[in-house]
Amino acid sequence: MTARVPLPNRARRLLGQIWALIALPLISILLALVVGAFVILASQLVLPGGRFDLLLPLSAYAALIEGAVGNFDAIVDTLVSTTPLVLGGLSVGLAFKAGLFNIGAQGQFLLGALGSVAVGVGLAGAPPLIAITLALAAGMLAGALWGFIPGLLKAVSGAHEVVVTIMLNYIAIAVIAAVVGGPLRQHGRPEAITPDVGNAALPVIIGHSGHAGIALALLAVALIAFLLLRTTLGFEIRTVGANPDAARYAGMHPRLLTILTMSLAGALAGLAGGVVVLGVTHLMTPSFGTTVGFDSIAVALLGRTNPIGIVAAALLFGALRAGASLMQIKAGIPAELIDVLQATILLFLVANPVLRRVLKLRGVKPGLDTTDTITRTYAGEVVAR
Amino acid sequence: MTTTEAPVHAPALEMRGITKRYPGVVANDHIDLEVRPGEVHALLGENGAGKTTLMNILYGLARPDEGAILLDGQEVHIAGPSDAIARGINMVHQHFMLVPVFSVAENILLGEETMAGPIFLDRREARRRIVELGRRFGFEIDPDARVGSLSVGWQQRVEILKALYRDARILVLDEPTAVLTPQETEEIFVVLRRLADEGHSIVFISHKLYEVLEIADRITVIRRGKVVGQRRPAETDEDDLAELMVGREVQLTVDRGQSKPAGVVLSVDGLEVKDDRGSVVVRGVDLEVRSGEILGVAGVAGNGQDELVEAIVGLRRPSAGRITLQGKDITRATPRETNESGVAYVPADRHRFGLVLSFPVADNLVLTDYYRRPYARGFIRNDAAIESTAEDRIREYDVRTPSAKVRAGTLSGGNQQKLVVAREFARDLKLLVLDQPTRGLDVGSIEFIHRQAIAKRDAGTATLLVSAELDEILELSDRIAVMYRGRIVAVRDGRTADKNEIGLLMATGGEARSSGAETGPAA
Repeated sequence: MTARVPLPNRARRLLGQIWALIALPLISILLALVVGAFVILASQLVLPGGRFDLLLPLSAYAALIEGAVGNFDAIVDTLVSTTPLVLGGLSVGLAFKAGLFNIGAQGQFLLGALGSVAVGVGLAGAPPLIAITLALAAGMLAGALWGFIPGLLKAVSGAHEVVVTIMLNYIAIAVIAAVVGGPLRQHGRPEAITPDVGNAALPVIIGHSGHAGIALALLAVALIAFLLLRTTLGFEIRTVGANPDAARYAGMHPRLLTILTMSLAGALAGLAGGVVVLGVTHLMTPSFGTTVGFDSIAVALLGRTNPIGIVAAALLFGALRAGASLMQIKAGIPAELIDVLQATILLFLVANPVLRRVLKLRGVKPGLDTTDTITRTYAGEVVAR
Repeated sequence: MTTTEAPVHAPALEMRGITKRYPGVVANDHIDLEVRPGEVHALLGENGAGKTTLMNILYGLARPDEGAILLDGQEVHIAGPSDAIARGINMVHQHFMLVPVFSVAENILLGEETMAGPIFLDRREARRRIVELGRRFGFEIDPDARVGSLSVGWQQRVEILKALYRDARILVLDEPTAVLTPQETEEIFVVLRRLADEGHSIVFISHKLYEVLEIADRITVIRRGKVVGQRRPAETDEDDLAELMVGREVQLTVDRGQSKPAGVVLSVDGLEVKDDRGSVVVRGVDLEVRSGEILGVAGVAGNGQDELVEAIVGLRRPSAGRITLQGKDITRATPRETNESGVAYVPADRHRFGLVLSFPVADNLVLTDYYRRPYARGFIRNDAAIESTAEDRIREYDVRTPSAKVRAGTLSGGNQQKLVVAREFARDLKLLVLDQPTRGLDVGSIEFIHRQAIAKRDAGTATLLVSAELDEILELSDRIAVMYRGRIVAVRDGRTADKNEIGLLMATGGEARSSGAETGPAA
């Protein structure tokens, strides 16, 4: 049975497997670009001034690409916007592996940012190594707490993590407004804003803005990949996600694993927040809050919850974000087009049965391995009895 | 038969030279099948022989690469299930396609709504037709009963009614008896007979030989995608059919030899267990299993056997009573603790408990041992050790799989069960708990698993066998305990037990002493 397959054959089979994995994400991206082009064309019709440029989508996309990878600084910018998406994507992806839908990455991200800023401001004068380490740890801890709560509630009472994390997202926004406007507020400033994190700021390691968070994110990818594939804990997490009953049968503890996985996921999203405040903004305002946490869900799904896939997806979304401003300047297309593209990509992924039928993609894997997980968790199946 | 009719009927259904190739396998290789009006035609074959593919082609779910389908002599192209239904072909799947929270009538109307005007359902007319249809085929059904509250046997009748409501002329039943008790099977056979007598054609898919012999007018046997023979029940017997099906001589009953029971391994005292809804379903069970013996627990499914077994292996906390394993109290032990104290468990539902179908075969073979040396050092997994063990087990237990790396879900049912058996039997064990170990398996796999169980017994393992298949219990057990409504109502010697008596005990619990009898005799 195990006769040696001749090399060209093996290579072709490998290519086939890779194609099966990436076909749908690629097609979804291409289709989203087409939809985006129509949006750009249509937007010209409603704009006053009445010039209609059929080639505007092309020049917009060209500017987008130039802004994302056009020169060394652009590439560094892309990496900087990619970093929190990688960490957030890992957070959502890890939870998916355990059959949990962590919609709370946004709240965990915000609270992580707050934790890092609080400790960073406090240690602004301390030696950088100590300040950075403690500030990052505080961010992870705060995020972990924000993941622990839904994990605990699910394990103890069966409360669904989707509902709990959505509510915690709102609470996180309020907590930030309260803390940044209160205890953390910088004295003598008219607007609510925290002091600078000083020595807790992440050092720049590439170009003008490429902070050390980029390396941290890569380290996290390696660690999570190792955890999932090579450790018994990772096996337990995957088993609980794939079949909680079999996990119980095999002597694992689904409840504990639920709590643990949600806490870990929270810590990752929290680290994403910490990296943004310590690496990019160096301070926080009450309105702090990009949509990193929500974009992370899209990243995890586009990356098929696989750590390497998540890096690829985060790079794509990071590049879109980084290139958006040049597109706005050069082609006059608002940066919101990026949201349209992201959402459309996701829509095509979710509609993958339709895509596969229309394009007759035989043997191509479904766009979302996790749709089962999502529907299962939505069905409210309690992980453990 | 009137004289105006032609001497030879056109068959209601004819499948000619059906060929279907999948990458690497020919699932159907020029299969011919002919079903006459009023005939019960059995399609017999092992799991993976191609029965399901053939029926999927008939139902429009798959397209044949070659061959033709003829209905009443006319060639047809079936575009899909709705087309098949429109042509009078209906299928009753092994796993029912019913909505549990809907009533019987609502389930039957689903997809074939009887309308009163453009908007509203005509429920009254539907109910009337359903009751009438039921009566015609010999049963009274309440169209307003909630399907979820019906027994499996009645749910199946709802499926059949659903087909009849759509004027099915050809009814395909995919292993209809797999989930039924012997009594329910008899009852459904009466229904099928009546259907056939009214001129319906029935394709009966099964791998249970005695059932096929009982119900079928003709039997077509498929092996590895080819028709290997056709028989009438009168001209064949179980041994002949088994040989055709498997391709070699099969011992339908294993030679169990003499057992040498020794010390008590498992002892259960006054055990009470609740089900998921909180009602007590194991009500004071006492039993003992000795080393080197197989204790068979016979009973119609749903009499507390599953809960009893789950309590013993640690998946369910008993509400009262004691379980001891060689003197050690394991009443409140976790699954891992029972596992480590030498209890192996082959669960009734291998898809739910026994396997993670999306994981590779190798991972499934160490599912209960993954954290132990040599499969893990500390918390780091040792893939090489996992793989080499997996390959040993695959060889030893003759699991048919392309490699240890493919997903368990891609294997046939029999091979999946072999995976569970290989994992659980290979350990150093004191107690083996087998819950329906051969449900849904083909003869070859059943034979294999039975042999392994006997071998374990001879090696001194204590075995608790729970099965709804009376034949399996009679064949393997040294002692037989009959479980009825949460109690052990009788214990018999496995060699001298009388099949009818046990069957009666299973069905009634021994009517004579049912009222007021609070405790069954100890096993």
